[in-house]
Amino acid sequence: MTLESIISVRNLHVSYRDRKVLKGINLDIYKNRITAIMGPSGCGKSTLLRCMNRMIDLSEGARVGGKVLYRGENIYSPKIDPAQIRFRIGMVFQKPNPFPKSIFENVAFGPRINGYKGDLSALVEQSLQRAGLWDEVKDRLHENAYMLSGGQQQRLCIARALALEPEVLLLDEPCSALDPISTMHVEELIRQLKERLTIVIVTHNIQQAARVADYTAFLLQGELVEFGETSRMFTVPKDKRTEDFITGRFG
Amino acid sequence: MIRQDEMFSPGLQNRQRRNRIFKWIFLSANLLGLVVLAALLVKVMRDSWGWLDLQFISSFPSRFPEKAGILPALYGTVYLMIITAVFAIPLGIGAAVFLEEYAKKSKFLSIIQVNIYNLAGIPSIVYGILGLTVFVRWMMLGRSLLAGGLTMGLLILPVIIVTAQEAIRAVPQSWRHASYALGASKWQTIRYVVLPSALPGILTGIILALSRAIGETAPLIPIGALTFIRVIPGSLFDSFTVLPIQIYNWTSRPQDDFRAIAAAGIVVLLVVLLGMNSIAILLRNKYQGRIKEV
Repeated sequence: MTLESIISVRNLHVSYRDRKVLKGINLDIYKNRITAIMGPSGCGKSTLLRCMNRMIDLSEGARVGGKVLYRGENIYSPKIDPAQIRFRIGMVFQKPNPFPKSIFENVAFGPRINGYKGDLSALVEQSLQRAGLWDEVKDRLHENAYMLSGGQQQRLCIARALALEPEVLLLDEPCSALDPISTMHVEELIRQLKERLTIVIVTHNIQQAARVADYTAFLLQGELVEFGETSRMFTVPKDKRTEDFITGRFG
Repeated sequence: MIRQDEMFSPGLQNRQRRNRIFKWIFLSANLLGLVVLAALLVKVMRDSWGWLDLQFISSFPSRFPEKAGILPALYGTVYLMIITAVFAIPLGIGAAVFLEEYAKKSKFLSIIQVNIYNLAGIPSIVYGILGLTVFVRWMMLGRSLLAGGLTMGLLILPVIIVTAQEAIRAVPQSWRHASYALGASKWQTIRYVVLPSALPGILTGIILALSRAIGETAPLIPIGALTFIRVIPGSLFDSFTVLPIQIYNWTSRPQDDFRAIAAAGIVVLLVVLLGMNSIAILLRNKYQGRIKEV
């Protein structure tokens, strides 16, 4: 089976004022695959992720150079509306950030603001089911989302993103605020989701990358050190620095 | 000997005593205000006893204390508050949304910001003179309810802007990000995420601002509300008076009975104020209950 690249990062540079955070990244995200971006804190992995749906626009003082192609089109071209890109490429954040609304309203938010034409409650149910949360919340859809546990909140955020049927889902260290059991749930969920969509997950957790990702990119100080199939990278790393990182010598 | 005892002298008793002392200082600060307020209320209630009846509420002012009533001033205050609210609330929230959500941080913006803070501190009589110049003369609204309402609106505008800004700023950035990440536009994010969450705080500011406006007399004196009114204002362009001015009028009369009537007027003013604030508080609690972060 040939791999189809859905997002292509080309010579991407990002700087915050005079501090260079990303230095010429080239990377392909393959369709219906899980790609992990791993690296130590401050290596620029979250910045790279935020460049893929233009959430970087919201960071004050960030300057972006180079291209990010989504379906062959540069998302930084002036004729592109960032809202359009974010509609197609969903995102889940490091800390669960449900809206202070009911569980139902959280999932219905995206479809509502984007003019969903179908049956809203069916869509909400389906999205919660895909996020593996339906059975836990089906009797309390109108309770405030903050009544849920941290792990449930994060799965609610995933359901909220899934309700738009995005082609790509970006996950920014989605488990860093969760306990091991909740982390396991979320990882299981990510593996199931790849049937339907393409996933990019940022993590500083080496084991997590090894557990869930088909492809892994290793980032260090704003440079892409190595990119390839996870199984290969974790067994025969090409770069000395990758080997040091995955064997726990630093990071 | 325990090693810690050689290293530290905790003086726990002393610390606990100091804790108690401060608790009492803060408690008495609270009580002092409450006691003064209660004393005032009791005095006003006692003075007004026997005078506050339906006749008083439904009559016009008169030279004879037993015939005097508060009706036109009551209407004046209610109408004035409505005009003030309709003018100042949307304008104030709009300005706050612009300053917090749309405006780029700049030197110019901080100058505007400082000036809004300063406006909140300007003596209210100055607003009266401004109202006289701009609304009464220049816009030729005359000594009317509309001119008074607009003047009062200007007076409370800075308070509403500043409190609404605080409320908007307190909305976590992560909620805005969640909204943008779902493809929401800036306006959709403001409308459906920021404003609903900021609403309780904004309403608190509105309560404070309107409570200030309802008791103000100074800005209305240059506007010409210090008049003897024999009719209930029927349109925006009619002349008017308000409760605090009517009360002030009565207190300045020599006869004792008028002082009792003034006390009755104060009770009416307090009831209107409480009624207005309860509506706002009910609204606030309704929204707070819905969106509280647990």
